[in-house]
Amino acid sequence: MKKLATTLFIAALLLPLTSLTVSAAGGAHVEHSGANINDTASLQRGAKWYVNYCLGCHTISYMRYNRLAEDLDLTEEMVMENLVFSDAKFGETMDIAMDEEQAKAWFGKTPPDLSLIGRSRGVDWVYSYLLGFYKDENGGWNNTLLPNASMPHILWPLQGIQTPVYRQEAGEGGFTREVIDHFRLTTPGTQSPEEYRQTARDIAAFLDYAGEPAKLKRKGIGVWVILFLAFFTFIAYLLKAEYWRDVH
Amino acid sequence: MAKFTSSISKGAGSLLNWFDDRLPVTKFWNATMTGYMAPKNFNFWYYMGSLALLVLVIQIFSGILLAMHYKPSAEEAFASVEYIMRDVDWGWLIRYMHTTGASFFFILIYLHMFRSLLYGSHKAPRELLWVFGMFIYVALMAEAFLGYILPWGQMSYWGAQVIINLFGALPKIGEPLTQWIRGDYFISDATLNRFFALHIIAVPLALLGLVLLHLVALRENGSNNPDGIEIKKNKDADGKPLDGIPFHPYYTVKDIFGVGMFLIVFSFVLFLWPEAGGLFLEHDNFVPANPLVTPEHIKPVWYFTPFYAILKAVPDKLMGVLLMGASVAILFFLPWIDRSPVKSIRYRGLWYKVLLALFTIAFVRLGLLGMAEGTPAQTWEMRVWTLVYFMFFVLLFFMSPGGKTKPVPDRVTH
Amino acid sequence: MSSDDVNKGRRRFLVATTSVVGGVGVGLAAIPFIKSWMPSAKAQAVGAPVEVNIGKLKEGQLLKVQWRGQTIGILRRSQEMVSNLAKNAEVLADPQSAAAEQPEYVQGDPRALNPEFLVVNMHCTHLGCVPQMVPQVGPQPFDAEWNGGFYCPCHKSKFDLSGRVYKGVPAPTNLRIPPYSFLDERTLMIGVSPQGAV
Repeated sequence: MKKLATTLFIAALLLPLTSLTVSAAGGAHVEHSGANINDTASLQRGAKWYVNYCLGCHTISYMRYNRLAEDLDLTEEMVMENLVFSDAKFGETMDIAMDEEQAKAWFGKTPPDLSLIGRSRGVDWVYSYLLGFYKDENGGWNNTLLPNASMPHILWPLQGIQTPVYRQEAGEGGFTREVIDHFRLTTPGTQSPEEYRQTARDIAAFLDYAGEPAKLKRKGIGVWVILFLAFFTFIAYLLKAEYWRDVH
Repeated sequence: MAKFTSSISKGAGSLLNWFDDRLPVTKFWNATMTGYMAPKNFNFWYYMGSLALLVLVIQIFSGILLAMHYKPSAEEAFASVEYIMRDVDWGWLIRYMHTTGASFFFILIYLHMFRSLLYGSHKAPRELLWVFGMFIYVALMAEAFLGYILPWGQMSYWGAQVIINLFGALPKIGEPLTQWIRGDYFISDATLNRFFALHIIAVPLALLGLVLLHLVALRENGSNNPDGIEIKKNKDADGKPLDGIPFHPYYTVKDIFGVGMFLIVFSFVLFLWPEAGGLFLEHDNFVPANPLVTPEHIKPVWYFTPFYAILKAVPDKLMGVLLMGASVAILFFLPWIDRSPVKSIRYRGLWYKVLLALFTIAFVRLGLLGMAEGTPAQTWEMRVWTLVYFMFFVLLFFMSPGGKTKPVPDRVTH
Repeated sequence: MSSDDVNKGRRRFLVATTSVVGGVGVGLAAIPFIKSWMPSAKAQAVGAPVEVNIGKLKEGQLLKVQWRGQTIGILRRSQEMVSNLAKNAEVLADPQSAAAEQPEYVQGDPRALNPEFLVVNMHCTHLGCVPQMVPQVGPQPFDAEWNGGFYCPCHKSKFDLSGRVYKGVPAPTNLRIPPYSFLDERTLMIGVSPQGAV
């Protein structure tokens, strides 16, 4: 009886939780990226894609090149030759030479720093964003996740150009509205769709890493800390049990 | 236990004697540890107090270290936090200790307070103990709010904006009061700078003083226990409570075990899940504060959301603020609202169990609703649970004197 | 509470084990706190090696540069200054620089990779003041038999033109020599040892 009441009580506490989390989901079309920050090769490729295509406009001003080298198993020479195109030194951060005024003139606003995009938006968002560019009816670039973003699709030579195929969907009040059903690749890029997905995955993994470089080591350390604490707690339990034999 | 004391004094020898002649070291140790008799039937709920003390220590140590690298200016604050996370050796660990510690502090305090509702620890003669505890809780809420602005992310900024504007609801003095708090016409460098000072000096000092008072008041009457029986009523020939055991060594070794269990959970979150899915570290707070862009969905950190839901449930600004204030303030009066002749839930009737269960569900549900985006249906639900929250106190006041109880045994049970 | 069947040995053992394991835990937990005081990645980046062009340095001229917040002096010594160094042995406390903080690749009287260029950390090894260079040979207010060198105005320590400390002054050791190397004949790199050297 008492057990039953407790179970019911706990169920009552948890039930609303599930109903809320379901209602909180939905919205943007974020795909699971499968990006893995423990895959060093993927991070290396991601770093290379990033400095070649993104770093021209988007700084990662909290990330140092020497930290990158250390974490991604790269030597100083490899980093300086392949990843540093500015006059930055090895210990400096991944900034760009672009002038803020100039950037505003080109894009309407300063392209944001992407040091923490992996933390604020999430790795899957970055991945989906890179897959979500399309040419709309006006011939301009658009994105499913960030409609009317001022950013052009820098990676289009790799992905090619995709255009949307619409379908009608019943909306509120009997009106129908057009929603994007899927994309058609109208101009192929230098990469196959699967290769491009991997590229997007690599960049997402790299930005995930750049958002929190400590993440690479943190989990490994954590496992040892918890094992040590488990050992300590075991001994502490024996000690407690030994003294508490006195208490009747 | 006497043996333990003597072995200590023998071990430390004359040095201890030298100190004892000048400072009541042994006297203090005996009075508060070996000579302090605690009920022998403490259960799981009785770990929370000592663990909260541990977290306080963790927060102080990690906070001191963070203050050495953090820069309390609007220009540099956000970057200095990232500097701690990346450039300072082990800085990420120290920062995660502090952020994880903040949330765990509230988890422990909420369980600690719930324990009181279970076993009537707030009832006479421990009313003052409860009131000091409530002051600690309020100081902790202030401390958490002040600390949350420091990373100077979007949530820091807009959270502070919303909370400070609550004071603006007060008639006449509202507007000047908010300006006085901010030191500017909007949340700015001046606000951040003073909040930093309050967070690292003023409130922690108050907290330490209150914790001391809380402990002194606890030692005066001794702990309550799951049976809600005063163990001092049954004493042996030596005048020692029959159901009491010396706090040291019995509860020190038990608490050490509790510390071990707690640190495992704490480390799990700290190392493997520090964001706790956006509950402990909110995603929007990784975007630097921008007075021109409001995040889509502003909500306080999880430990404030039950009260935030009460605020959102009321369609009038001033009434909402007052009701939210009342939901915290009413807790101060719990010892006088609860007029039951017995303390522990074990010897109260079914009515109390139902009331407490509803109250707990209301609190948790309000917490979840406070985080949600706020559909009209949810607003109505918040109103229902707000009503349940306050009805708990009203019904408790009227039902507790005459409510059904069971006979309370003389001695504690196992 | 009965104390008859208490296993005292087991208790003592468990108290000791818990204390030791707990102590180790606290010790390990202290490491991150202590290490967080070390120069951060930013400080290390700012403290990166400094490139110095010495092509325009004249004989007897002292060039001061900053490296890791320290004043580093680069003195181009004349032939005479270098040959004078050997005469100082009697008045010096440590003419062989046995106790000095310097890289292994600077040896002997000149204490330099190239005897012509002295590269030295200018901060006095006593309490950190920067001594003045007094290169003239001849009687000085602070020394009647001055052979040219550095004189610290703070506490009157004296060094020769290789930065070696005199006897009977407060400074305990010779001026320090930082790691450095030549990129080419006219360019110095302070903070980096020559390739292969330690």
